[in-house]
Amino acid sequence: MRFKPKYAVGAIVLLFGAFAPVIINGYELSLLGRFLALSILAMGIMLTWGEGGILSLGQGVFFGLGGYALAMHLKLEGLNLANGDMPDFMVWSGVSALPAFWYPFANPYFSLACVVIVPGGFAALFSWLVFRRRVGGVYFALITQALALAFSTLLISQQAYTGGFNGLTDYSTMFGRDITSTGAAKVIYEITFVLVVAAFFLLRWLLVSRFGTMLRATRDGENRVRFLGHNPVPYKVVAFGIAGALAGIGGALFTLHAGVVSPALVGVVPSIEMVVWVAVGGRNILWGAIAGTLLVNFAKDQISSALPSLWLYGLGALFILAVSFLPGGIAGMFKPGSGEERVMRRILSRRKLSTAE
Amino acid sequence: MNAIPAPILMMEHVTVDFDGFKALTDVSLSLTPGDLRILIGPNGAGKSTLCDTIIGRVRPTSGRITFKDQVITDLAEQEIVKRGICRKFQTPGVLPTLTVMENLLVAARKNRAWWRSFTTKTPDDETAAAEKILAQIGLEARSDIIAADLAHGEKQWLEIGMVVATGADLLLLDEPTAGMGPQDTQRTAQLILSLLGRHAVLVIDHDMSFVEALNGYVTVLHQGQILKEGTVAEIRADPEVTAVYLGRADDDDAAAA
Repeated sequence: MRFKPKYAVGAIVLLFGAFAPVIINGYELSLLGRFLALSILAMGIMLTWGEGGILSLGQGVFFGLGGYALAMHLKLEGLNLANGDMPDFMVWSGVSALPAFWYPFANPYFSLACVVIVPGGFAALFSWLVFRRRVGGVYFALITQALALAFSTLLISQQAYTGGFNGLTDYSTMFGRDITSTGAAKVIYEITFVLVVAAFFLLRWLLVSRFGTMLRATRDGENRVRFLGHNPVPYKVVAFGIAGALAGIGGALFTLHAGVVSPALVGVVPSIEMVVWVAVGGRNILWGAIAGTLLVNFAKDQISSALPSLWLYGLGALFILAVSFLPGGIAGMFKPGSGEERVMRRILSRRKLSTAE
Repeated sequence: MNAIPAPILMMEHVTVDFDGFKALTDVSLSLTPGDLRILIGPNGAGKSTLCDTIIGRVRPTSGRITFKDQVITDLAEQEIVKRGICRKFQTPGVLPTLTVMENLLVAARKNRAWWRSFTTKTPDDETAAAEKILAQIGLEARSDIIAADLAHGEKQWLEIGMVVATGADLLLLDEPTAGMGPQDTQRTAQLILSLLGRHAVLVIDHDMSFVEALNGYVTVLHQGQILKEGTVAEIRADPEVTAVYLGRADDDDAAAA
């Protein structure tokens, strides 16, 4: 195999990622871990939006489903359910007995399975219902945004079952082990890192498979694909389901890192932010999604701690800049031969020609 | 005339009514396997609607369509393609960010089930079929560039190639020479003639020089109805057709000269 600089860069990044716990300090590690968890979700957006042309403004919902599925277990761990024990917020809300749908989450394996299956399955089912009616594009984006709003509203209104506005927080153990210590933070980081790498290579394979080609074909010309005898719906539904499952995994890991999951993390604004990460990083290149997530979130951490009121403006400006001047995102700049970039260049040069005429 | 073979496609008394506007009125048409049919008519005559109706994009208000002796009037679009009808759209419908080869391979996929797509391998027979078509449409040297970078004429040929790659027995080509110069138009005519025998082809076009180069049986559509059918020479000579259609085309020629 011929040596390519990108493999060397990739190897360095992997090594740094794997050894980050001994390289950077605890605070930086906790940020990196959180943002890496978010980047798993971002790779899902790259798959659906970049490669599938499906813009979702509701990825926070799937993120939240994963986060809550794990948090429900964390709230139950260590409680004696037979004794009638309940999570603290239920006691405060005056709930008399643990609701039936909470019981299965006492089992950690059930909970972990739900982290993947509930958001993945719900995303697939939801998108199937929409796409089979041939609703897409902006309408789909609006429906997903409405979904995000409905989801966060539901969480807030069902205080007794969901912890309401404060969400679920204050966990101490999982599998009987302390998850709040520094040592545990490193373990959680490494799990996150391994899952990021696994998701990266899974998607990389998926994108070069025939599925990837069919997904891009559907994005390029859904009708053309349909009149070549393919049903475009399953490709979009599977992509959206995978993105949903990845968002759920990201949500669960984020919950572990942050020690909290709440409606503020899953509503409309966070869902839009998620799209911005990928727009900035590059929606057609897998590593771009990760880079964009890390970059925007570290910037957010810096800016919002210095000038809290400025961040939202900064985010908006970043999005406009990325969309207007960097349609391929940061990653697009490093890939001059990419299809996206060349199409864009053609469009730009044509526009110049027509203004010259 | 020899004994007439069983038609591959029959449209019987097909009417398409768009909320009171009759795009097609009582159209009956039959196509012979492996044969060429040219559909002409002025703008708004219903030519594209006729294609849409065959492939299931538009459903007839009344009448029925049979393909290979089976009624296809109410089948889903993909199902109609599976039975062996494929259409090229008026504006080039290539997949712009896919390479030329990928475009052909998407079309050539035999097993179209989505769960069979989780593989990086392309079956050899599909690759071979795509390469053969690539040569036929003269784009061998362009196989690895993305379709968006093709010249306009090349896009048209690529889409014809994609339609052929599906292995359909009936190809519907909607204005395959739209936007082409005379040289490319003649090449397109040669390409289409080379497809006959294996495929029945229904071509829609305005360009009389192209129609003459194809020199097939012509159906003239006017205001959603079939006005005339006959050879190119017969159609040329028909005063009624001249009045509604060729007269206008002659004017265009005169204006262009």
